[in-house]
Amino acid sequence: MPVAKTIQVIGHRTINAVWRIGMATRFFALTLVYSGNGFRRFRLITKELFSTGVMSLIIIIVAGLFVGMVLGLQGYETLKRYGSESALGVMVALGLVRELGPVVAALLFASRAGSAMTAEIGLMKATEQIDAMELMAINPIARIIAPRFWAGVISMPLLAAMFSAAGIFGGYFVGVVQIGVDEGSFWSQMQAAVDFKHDILNGVLKSFVFGVVVTAIALFEGYDAPPTAEGVSRATTRTVVTSSLAILMLDFVLTAMMFGGSE
Amino acid sequence: MERSKLDLWVGMFVVAGIAALVMLAMKVGNLSTYNVSETYQVQAFFSNVGGLKPKASIRSAGVLVGRVTGISLDTERYEAKVTMSLDKRYQFPRDTIANIQTAGLLGEQYIGLAPGGDSEMLKAGEQIKKTQSAMVLEDLIGKFIYSKADATAQ
Repeated sequence: MPVAKTIQVIGHRTINAVWRIGMATRFFALTLVYSGNGFRRFRLITKELFSTGVMSLIIIIVAGLFVGMVLGLQGYETLKRYGSESALGVMVALGLVRELGPVVAALLFASRAGSAMTAEIGLMKATEQIDAMELMAINPIARIIAPRFWAGVISMPLLAAMFSAAGIFGGYFVGVVQIGVDEGSFWSQMQAAVDFKHDILNGVLKSFVFGVVVTAIALFEGYDAPPTAEGVSRATTRTVVTSSLAILMLDFVLTAMMFGGSE
Repeated sequence: MERSKLDLWVGMFVVAGIAALVMLAMKVGNLSTYNVSETYQVQAFFSNVGGLKPKASIRSAGVLVGRVTGISLDTERYEAKVTMSLDKRYQFPRDTIANIQTAGLLGEQYIGLAPGGDSEMLKAGEQIKKTQSAMVLEDLIGKFIYSKADATAQ
């Protein structure tokens, strides 16, 4: 009976997924509970800030620069038709600060730092380092997971801000320096249109949420990975796929909540 | 606690991130032009606010003197009640006229304050009596067409 078999498989997978969601939630709660230790030994977080934040710096800044340059070019081409090239700064800045900064930085962060986190923790598990810690009465969640989580949460908004800043300079470079849009109107219209609370702080809030989600997914996938070479590689792939989807879906929800409808 | 090179890098990262945020706030956003000075609230009733939105600017002689903080419909008069917060540095006579103007032909709408000659000044919570509603482009076009039709009928 292939039909019965299919239904069985679907049911099995659904139950499995629900099971994993429950486990992930418990894991997330444990991370929060045990994170006090990480803050008391801040050096652990500093070390992770280096490998997640500092190491992602170059890719974030270069990507931001190029995204801003493309926005400047495309925006100019479109705005020129309506004779409003002076609004180029507004377009570049709002696009970056509200959407592209948090989202693209989070996507890059997921594939640059998230996958590394998953692979590292998965390998720690495969080589029984985590079991060894438990034997020594060291809580692996407090020692390994929580510092990485907070490092990710701290570095994500900073990286998103750098992405936006680099992007605006990219847009400035293409729009003002190369094409020759008026510099004064580029900056002054931008300043008139971008609101600190409504646009910049909401962007920071977005990237904070993305930081929580991406690191939580990456850490859980690593901690939950089957302790084999194949298991670790699959977990790494799942981290990138799941967190990218989560970022894009959450972005829609957050945008609808922050900017949707009511002006 | 000994210092290490790692701390230096992490410190640089955090400083660069905060610098980017400050740059966004100052150079890109409007934080540098935010009025930290105190404000006072006044109200005005308009029969039609057109496309006026909260946070729209209030100008007098072209100078930004405040912002619209709220727009609601007053169900006793069936008129739009606009709450404005004005900069404390600027005082206006009580017979000031508030009219809704448009920046450019299709630009955004703002409130222009034309001061009167009264020697008493508006106080917080008071109401601007003389207002002029928004110019609605469709109404103007309608009037124009009617007047043309009238002219040809005669």
